[in-house]
Amino acid sequence: MTAPAFEPVIIGFTCNWCSYRAADLAGTARIEYPPNVRLIRVMCSGRVDPAFVLKALADGADGVLIAGCHPGECHYLEQNYKALRRHRLLLRTLAQLGIEAERVRLAWASAAEGARFAEEVRDMVALLRALGPLRWPARPIPAAHAQATTPTQAAVTEVTT
Amino acid sequence: MVQEKVGVYVCHCGSNIAGVVDVGDVARFAAEELKDRGVALARDYTFMCSVSGQDMIERDIRELGLTRVVVAACSPHLHEATFRGACARAGLNPYLSEMASIREHVAWVHRDPQAATAKAKAIVAGTVARVLRNEPLQAIEVPIDARTLVVGGGIAGIQAALEVAEAGYDVHLIEREPSLGGHMAQFDKTFPTLDCAACILTPKMAAAGAHPKIHLHTWSEVEKVEGQVGDYTVHVRRKPRYVDADVCTGCGICVEKCPVVVVDDTFEAGIGYRKAIYWPFAQAVPNLPVLDPATCTYFVGGKGGCRACEKFCPTVPNSIRFDQHEEPLTLRVGNIILATGFDLFDARRVAQYGYGRLANVFTSLELERMCSAAGPTGGKVVLRDGHTTPRSVGIVHCVGSRDRNYNRHCSAICCMQSLKTAHLIKERTGAEVYDFYIDMRSPGKEYDEFYQRVLDDGVHFIRGKVAEISDVPLDPGEEDGRLYVQVEDTLAGLRRRIPVDMVVLSAALEPRRDSAEVGRIFGIACSTRGWFIEKHAKLDPVATMTEGVFVAGCAQGPKDIPASVAQGAAAAARVLNHIRQGVLSLEPVRAGVLAERCSGCRLCNGLCPFNAIRFDAEHGVSEINAALCQGCGTCVAACPAGAIQGSGFSDAQLYAQIDGLLADLRRQPAEAT
Amino acid sequence: MKPRFAMYWAASCGGCEIAVLNIDERVLALDAAFDIAFWPAAMDAKYRDVEALEDGAIWVTLFNGGIRTDENEHMAHLLRRKSRLLVAFGSCANEGCIPGLANLSTRADLLRAAYDGPGSEHPGPARPQTAWDAAEGTLTLPALQPVLRTLDQVVEVDYHVPGCPPESHQIAAVLDLLIAVARGESEAPPKGAVLGAGASTVCDECPRSRDVKRIRALARIQQLPPLDANLCLLEQGLMCAGPATRGGCDARCPRVGAPCIGCYGAAPDVLDQGARLMSAIASVVDADDAEHIDRVLDGLPDPAGTFYRFGLARSLLRAHRAALAAEE
Repeated sequence: MTAPAFEPVIIGFTCNWCSYRAADLAGTARIEYPPNVRLIRVMCSGRVDPAFVLKALADGADGVLIAGCHPGECHYLEQNYKALRRHRLLLRTLAQLGIEAERVRLAWASAAEGARFAEEVRDMVALLRALGPLRWPARPIPAAHAQATTPTQAAVTEVTT
Repeated sequence: MVQEKVGVYVCHCGSNIAGVVDVGDVARFAAEELKDRGVALARDYTFMCSVSGQDMIERDIRELGLTRVVVAACSPHLHEATFRGACARAGLNPYLSEMASIREHVAWVHRDPQAATAKAKAIVAGTVARVLRNEPLQAIEVPIDARTLVVGGGIAGIQAALEVAEAGYDVHLIEREPSLGGHMAQFDKTFPTLDCAACILTPKMAAAGAHPKIHLHTWSEVEKVEGQVGDYTVHVRRKPRYVDADVCTGCGICVEKCPVVVVDDTFEAGIGYRKAIYWPFAQAVPNLPVLDPATCTYFVGGKGGCRACEKFCPTVPNSIRFDQHEEPLTLRVGNIILATGFDLFDARRVAQYGYGRLANVFTSLELERMCSAAGPTGGKVVLRDGHTTPRSVGIVHCVGSRDRNYNRHCSAICCMQSLKTAHLIKERTGAEVYDFYIDMRSPGKEYDEFYQRVLDDGVHFIRGKVAEISDVPLDPGEEDGRLYVQVEDTLAGLRRRIPVDMVVLSAALEPRRDSAEVGRIFGIACSTRGWFIEKHAKLDPVATMTEGVFVAGCAQGPKDIPASVAQGAAAAARVLNHIRQGVLSLEPVRAGVLAERCSGCRLCNGLCPFNAIRFDAEHGVSEINAALCQGCGTCVAACPAGAIQGSGFSDAQLYAQIDGLLADLRRQPAEAT
Repeated sequence: MKPRFAMYWAASCGGCEIAVLNIDERVLALDAAFDIAFWPAAMDAKYRDVEALEDGAIWVTLFNGGIRTDENEHMAHLLRRKSRLLVAFGSCANEGCIPGLANLSTRADLLRAAYDGPGSEHPGPARPQTAWDAAEGTLTLPALQPVLRTLDQVVEVDYHVPGCPPESHQIAAVLDLLIAVARGESEAPPKGAVLGAGASTVCDECPRSRDVKRIRALARIQQLPPLDANLCLLEQGLMCAGPATRGGCDARCPRVGAPCIGCYGAAPDVLDQGARLMSAIASVVDADDAEHIDRVLDGLPDPAGTFYRFGLARSLLRAHRAALAAEE
């Protein structure tokens, strides 16, 4: 058996002020890390809706990284605590669906911590390689929402008596 | 619906991107494989940010009718504004463009060209999917109140206040202590020129005190700040001075007559004395005494007795006002400059150096006061007994700095301060001076020349971290009553024990102990260590992440006087820039409530640290004040009804981006990654 | 000839049928407007009668129940083909509902629980067979599929009527609308529309008073002191799905002191009801360190069952990973 080594795909949600800039800094400082992570910039880790994580996993990601400013250093003062709370609850829910906690990581990295960001990615990639693919079975695409990768725009008819 | 036409521009960035990523292949991928996802054309080009690169985009928008633009290049933090500008010039709403970061996030961090190119394609696909969901937005415009608040009356704050006032705008200058001056007022000489601190600071303080546009509020603290850039309401607490500022002439009879003498551990760093009613220091601005109720006989005795100050006060009406109370003050300003300074490291924490235990171990600040002609010793450097001149002195650098037990940072000023101290001691006492340093850091203008001068003075430099300062004689020949500095001389490779009469500890600069709380009041971030965080470490060192709040001086990090002054002036320039613009354009990344979707559940109500969410009880819906909203999106993610929409970072945009980023996994079998 | 009407149940409890009959005498209007072609709960009919109809011969079918067996799937395709309008009726057809919670388990576990568990009267290990040769010939049973799917995950659906079951007043209104459309007296709602529901969530209709929320603890109703009759249940420490559940039910449960459990599904344009509720609840947990947060969340022993009580099958992840693996 010489199957090609499994390379996980990770979606990373990074905040505009700290972790995205940490990723920028990792680049500026040429700190190499594995190419398995694909980043999405949000203004704050508090913007990350658990549904984003679920969608990433459902769409084929093997893991999701949510990275924000350090506790107490949030650009929006305290919103990363909301990310922390959601993460704690999300992990519990995911466990019931058979998804390991290692697949959804919450990390903190300040704008000055390019090395730390790279290390989080390296570490997570190593863990996921060991854990194996998630490859969530494809969703049956509802016929009525065939093109609706976003919430349906269908008009709502409210009927009341 | 309009047929969207997305233009994708892949930048080579010279060889920065093209050296790793096959940019041609990425452009081909966008043009061919993303054609059914709205891409009308894709180009790659050497430098997209160049004039010709921008022209290319503008031309395509005009001639080919592009409706969206994706630039795959560097981080949006570098060039988002550039490409938005290009779009705007060509008549396309700038918010219909997006950047895909394939330099910082791909080319510079990955070495395998194949994997890097594949990742770049995924990022481009995600960005194309996202940009299709972008909405045309308009920048939010806020009028700027021309009044400015400066917090902190040290040299940085004074400079900032003077710059703004000189330009003709009102400044409220708040100082927590009873006088302007800050730490600089305590210093004797300033390095490297050795001009007297008071001589250069006093005119500045006086100018600030007398300036018609500067409204001074000393002995006052900011309690609460509401509002946003352009329109802040600041609630200030004015502490009672027990002296009527409108009447007092500053004659000083009250101070003279006050019978209570106490140790002055503020200005005189604990080595001098003051009265219960006292001048903060000789050149204080405002020139008013202040009464300390904690030591005043009248207050200590339960409001009875003494009142000598009142009896002797010559003014009519009497300037002494025992009935003064704390008073609130409300200010309206458009911008805020925080210049709240630093606290000195408490050298007692390094127990092995014996400060507080060994009488003749001093801090650098104590020595500053001692050297000052107006100080408690009249400028004489003497031992704790008050009269003995030391024959030998040790100066220890990095006390509480560059030490993982206390602070990892370099306090930036201690090397130069230690050199200055060494020079002054040598000059005034002729003592042998031993300077214990880890590394000598003298990178400022004329700083290294000063180091050379002190070397020439005959000061002994010993490179090594001091292990211990002890008063216990160990070796034969050591006598009682002296101090022994135990150090490893790393240049000579020796352990040394040097007897001295006096040791001066160059204590670290630390963040203000309440900086986290102050950060919260002003809505700006503070590092875990306590320094305020600037917007960009290099390119935006005086702005903060909160528009309209600037930092200057040591509140942002340790620095010397010229740097503090420069930052004060720089912060003022930024404020003046806002004021002159009159109306500021803000990023339209904001949350908004769809009233018909809102159920009034009030889950979001406690989520906003900027108090932008308000419940309209009459209509039973929550509302967001766009002017207060900072656009973090936390409420958008929390609204259970999906009633809060985030412009610029909408659910639709983010879902689409996730979808696009992972599209390659669905195109090919999952095992072939 | 009157247009034909059909109503069918797949993996469901039958409550939706009762709810339709619960509209009382107004059901006569249904009979007056339509020719009832197929409605197993109300009248006898055979699948072959439906198969014999021309495609599109039924004007509207109200389809309730999720798709759990091959039979369910067959009927979904059949009724889709025969109907001009197919309405996913009730929570099961729309989002899986309680039968959808079985998606947290594998098929093997479900069968084990049903046939080996204490409730089973069957001695020894035995499993239903899809084909069995008996003296009378080969007996067949429809196969149990790996997971339950919603109707629109199997066939195209025209309209959605949520609720477990849909409220009677809403059913009557939907039927009135359909009748009006059938008679050409009203325009057909756009395809994909949700009928018989509100535009906001349950709180919009809930009369309880509400304040800023901070959750310090969550408990089950029997663990709490008697509840304040006028105050938001969530604020009293009771998990209530009302904030994230589409309205239209007139907040019937919270009105009488029972928390909303989420049967009307996600609010308009919300992709995943459970994720929304999870996000909202977690956001207002009044704790900032992981351990303290965990202690509060311990009051919620079954998060998947709580947040996805109705919506699991139509959620982003749909089912337990092991159950889905068998689907491929």
